[in-house]
Amino acid sequence: MSLDTRNVVVRTVDLAKQYGDGEAAVRALNGVSCEIFQGEYLSIMGPSGSGKSTLFNMIGGLDKPTEGSVYVNSVDIAQLTPRELAFLRCHTIGYIFQTFNLITVRTALENVTLPMLFAGTSPDDADEKGMGLLELVGLGHRYHHRPSELSGGQQQRVAIARSLANSPSIVLADEPTGNLDLKTGQEIIDLLRQLNHEQNVTIISATHDHKMLDVSDRIFHIRDGQLASIDVKDEVPT
Amino acid sequence: MSQTEFKNVDPPFWVAWNQALASIRVRFLRHAITSLGIALGIAFFSSVLTMRLATGPDPSDPGSADRLLWLVCTSLVMCLVGVTNSMLMSVTERYREIGTIKCLGASDGFIVKVFFLESAILGAIGSFVGAFLGSVLMMLVAGANFSTVMLVTLLGTGTGIVMTILAAVAPAVQAAKMPAAAALRVDV
Ligand SMILES: Nc1ncnc2c1ncn2[C@@H]1O[C@H](COP(=O)(O)OP(=O)(O)OP(=O)(O)O)[C@@H](O)[C@H]1O
Ligand SMILES: [Mg+2]
Repeated sequence: MSLDTRNVVVRTVDLAKQYGDGEAAVRALNGVSCEIFQGEYLSIMGPSGSGKSTLFNMIGGLDKPTEGSVYVNSVDIAQLTPRELAFLRCHTIGYIFQTFNLITVRTALENVTLPMLFAGTSPDDADEKGMGLLELVGLGHRYHHRPSELSGGQQQRVAIARSLANSPSIVLADEPTGNLDLKTGQEIIDLLRQLNHEQNVTIISATHDHKMLDVSDRIFHIRDGQLASIDVKDEVPT
Repeated sequence: MSQTEFKNVDPPFWVAWNQALASIRVRFLRHAITSLGIALGIAFFSSVLTMRLATGPDPSDPGSADRLLWLVCTSLVMCLVGVTNSMLMSVTERYREIGTIKCLGASDGFIVKVFFLESAILGAIGSFVGAFLGSVLMMLVAGANFSTVMLVTLLGTGTGIVMTILAAVAPAVQAAKMPAAAALRVDV
């Protein structure tokens, strides 16, 4: 199966992002053009400050590029109104963060159901689907616990369940294992890979973590805000 | 390639209501103090009002009404500034949480709604308690009748709610303007 026959979920064209102007200007991204395919597991590698998080902000519709465009499911996200953008974040993209970012005042289940309620799902359906997702990540029995009562790895599992709440086509994970120890990090990576296979969800993950590279279909190397090279993993297991 | 179809669905009101209640429950002590501040301000307002209604204007000192009005307004404004200040602090503190909720698909309107609700709940509780206690105290001291107390409690609570909603305008706007990208920041 060739990658080129697969659906493109994200396309960026000459993407550039500049923070500040004049003397203090930082060009965090400098002409990134890429295509990301439906169902692939993509890792973005690069040294600190190379622009990985900036690229995430652009793809995830969290910030506007200075130049160039981002197309998500062939919609140019610069053309969207704030409400349409909120809709896109709700339905099409799931987010996983290095710092987990669960809503501290809500329980695990409430965290998972919140995006569904934003999407207009009825509370009963949301609870049912939320429990299913928590069971999928192995935390069905902890649904009524607050984030402060869960370990880092467990919080990240809840965050993964939450990212899948509205069956997004893309999950963006910015250093999802950055705050976890080796073993827990490996479990999170395995879980992401499993979900990627089972649910055919596209996973885009920025990482310093070499364990992550083994499971990736493709690896983008970013240097100084530019796409330096792309590694493609063989289809046959080695 | 599938074209995304955009519909605007707002979550039902109770989603914002639950979020506001959860925030109050978790940061209970801080909210209790804010509410106490509102209660004190409104207690002063309603005790003065009860006394006026019970005893009428003082004929030997025609300037007293103006001075009282001035005092009452000052205390209400101080109260309002206090509430705004504590809500602004809680916006800064929730920088990442607000960004995250936006990533999950909340519209700016939802964020505004949660902040207004939080403030209005605190205002309603604080000003009801303050208005009731303030006017009952004056009933005992100046001998106002019970219907005056009821009227003043109603007026005081209404004033308190309007005041706290006004106090929440700046914090709610600031929260809604917070970029969703804030969720990714590790340093705050
Ligand atoms: N909000 C901002 N304002 C100004 N400069 C910024 C901002 N965000 C990022 N930058 C700058 O843009 C560049 C790229 O930052 P970015 O966060 O994308 O790097 P990164 O690859 O994610 O690094 P790390 O691996 O440390 O997370 C850096 O030089 C950074 O200082
Ligand atoms: Mg980063």
